[in-house]
Amino acid sequence: MTIKETPQACPAKEHPPACTTPASADPAASAPKTSRRDFLKAGGMLSLSSLMGTAALMTQSDDAEAAAEWGEHFQKNYRLMTDAEKAEARLRLERRYSQEYGKQVTVDTTDAQPGVLMGYALNIRKCIGCRRCVHACVAENNQSRGTRPGEKIEWIQVLRMERGEFSKDKMGHGYPEGLGIQVGGNAYTPAGQVLEGQYHYAPEAVPEKDATYMPIACMQCEKPPCVKVCPVRTTYREADGPVVIDYNWCIGCRMCMGACPYWARRINLTTPVLPKEEMNPVTHYLGNRPRMRGVVEKCHWCLQRTRHDRYPACVEVCPVGARKFGNLLDPESEVSKILERKNVFRLKAELNTFPKFFYFYD
Amino acid sequence: MQQLISFTSDYTRYVLKGGTKFYAWMGSLAVLIVGMMYVFYLQNTEGLIVTGMTSQIHDGLYFANLVFLVGVAAGAVTIVFPAYVYHHEGMHKVTVLGEMLAISAVIMVTMFVFAHMGRPDRLWHMLPLIGIYNFPHSMLGWDVLVLTGYLILNAICGFYYLWVKYTGGEINKKFFMPLVYISIVWALSIHTVTAFLISTMPARPMWFHSMMPIRFIATAFAAGPCLIILAFLVIRNNTRFWVDDSAIKLLTTIVTWCLGIALFLTMSEIVVELYARTEHANGLYYLMFGLHGLTNLVPWFWGAVILMVVSFVLFLIPSIRNNFKLLPIPCTMAFAGIWIEKGMGLIVPGFIPTPIGEVTEYYPTFVEWLLTLGIWAFGFFILTILLKGAIGILQGEIKYGAAK
Repeated sequence: MTIKETPQACPAKEHPPACTTPASADPAASAPKTSRRDFLKAGGMLSLSSLMGTAALMTQSDDAEAAAEWGEHFQKNYRLMTDAEKAEARLRLERRYSQEYGKQVTVDTTDAQPGVLMGYALNIRKCIGCRRCVHACVAENNQSRGTRPGEKIEWIQVLRMERGEFSKDKMGHGYPEGLGIQVGGNAYTPAGQVLEGQYHYAPEAVPEKDATYMPIACMQCEKPPCVKVCPVRTTYREADGPVVIDYNWCIGCRMCMGACPYWARRINLTTPVLPKEEMNPVTHYLGNRPRMRGVVEKCHWCLQRTRHDRYPACVEVCPVGARKFGNLLDPESEVSKILERKNVFRLKAELNTFPKFFYFYD
Repeated sequence: MQQLISFTSDYTRYVLKGGTKFYAWMGSLAVLIVGMMYVFYLQNTEGLIVTGMTSQIHDGLYFANLVFLVGVAAGAVTIVFPAYVYHHEGMHKVTVLGEMLAISAVIMVTMFVFAHMGRPDRLWHMLPLIGIYNFPHSMLGWDVLVLTGYLILNAICGFYYLWVKYTGGEINKKFFMPLVYISIVWALSIHTVTAFLISTMPARPMWFHSMMPIRFIATAFAAGPCLIILAFLVIRNNTRFWVDDSAIKLLTTIVTWCLGIALFLTMSEIVVELYARTEHANGLYYLMFGLHGLTNLVPWFWGAVILMVVSFVLFLIPSIRNNFKLLPIPCTMAFAGIWIEKGMGLIVPGFIPTPIGEVTEYYPTFVEWLLTLGIWAFGFFILTILLKGAIGILQGEIKYGAAK
């Protein structure tokens, strides 16, 4: 059942233009005492070329990782960075990750494309609860996969719902207990209530006879409560729809986790456990790049894929085609067609978060 | 400038001197503080995994204490308000002690913020100018703003008053009184905003009701004065400074009625939630009776109810209320009851069940307990120093020109 998927379709040569621009000057590497802004002001753009040489030399040294971390401590919020600063931050990260994981890691910084508003639709009739999406997501997005509690992070939950809440043999189980006044409906096991870890079920075969499945993950709300409560604006809605996090700016206050009605967010309680050989080297700055201890993470609709016209990993892996993804602004896209023709609903629509993740059934 | 230097040195010299009891007290606090520093180091190298918090229940003891201590800080207004608005004689004498309590409480709150954060090294991201401040959207942003303001207001009001007493000058009322009135309103704001912090999340039905701010203020004005009464009784017994009976009696009255209101509000919540018993009441139901066989918080809740109800009854009995030998008993009970009700009893069940209905439990680890205890120890350390210095000045034992 476990899917080992290491997508390589977006290799290093596909760097977007932003990467090839110079500005690889890494003042953090050459002069850790000076703040980047002062340095750029003082040195100006003239010295950039000579700095590039210095930086290149410096990066060969063993303490590249230390220097990169030092630089990361003082970088700005991603949204406020200039293109040059973004390129610089990206290089710094690529260098650190490559050294840390022993392979060429790319950190994509592709921006939202105009005319795109991502949308997602899931056919709950079709879902068989195989949880391949969960595993594909973990492999694609570099989640922590340790064994201690709190070290294992999954962004997708497939909630297993028992079928037969209203079946004949449960007639007497209603409220009040034993008297069978109510036909079905059980006040003691309300639908939608799961016990701890119930989405970690491991059946012999799927679909199970007595179960239905409800996969959930981040709903990428148009009016996200998590964004509103963030005190440092580290999480925000990107122009093409997904709600993203600048992991380097997050202070770990966990207000967003409290505000999310879909329990989509996870906190990295410790440094993520990410084995070198399992690490996915094709990353996006706002997406699946390895996270650090103490920051919050969540589904971002595989920005490293979807910004390059690929499906998210969960869509690609789904064996029954229950998951659909596309551009809501394009009337010909699969998602637009589904919204137009199928019976569609949103989860917890009464909270006015306006998810772009839709459920439908045939 | 000369005066400022001598103020600092006189103040420091005075607070460092003390009897065996004083050193024993400060020494045992220091031991806890050292322990706290070690586990804080541990938490910031290993990560929050050394705590009992999870992605399901991600606010625990730290957040609970933070919320409670904001209330204690706000509780100082129960001294300032009668002193300056009703010109209460006995209160006026001790106002500055209330301000000192507020200062130490806000310092404790700040330390709990540090303990709570996943990345305390990035706190500067919140500072204006060098960081980003999500203003006015983020409630946490508002909370930081009002708490900082309250700390500054109390520090200015308290130390200005002490400074004037020290130098023997006159209080500049044009400067002082507006600040006092602002600080009174500000005290209400800190606890209101802290209540908004958690009551503005529809994702957490247990907190999502408009009663939260008034309930916070009612419990704050019960717990805060309880601590102040205890401190006053200690001061009366151990120093030459005399706190008037009238001040303590007024505080007792305030505690009694705020405690009564708090109990009434708790009862209202229970009736409203459990009468209909929707799924939104699951959090409260878990707290009171347990859910799916998980009953970790049930003894906490009923313990808090018993403490609060019994202390309320005790406060109502004049022979206990007016007997300063017995008064510490209901004060301690009420303080502990509110600490549970507003801390663990409010924060943790907000996460049980989670928004997707998952029922899990939270077990604070030794690291969390030690860190919490250490921060309280640090708070009492500061409080002792501040109170001692303030009393020395009020008593005239520290005075400009008096030192050799």
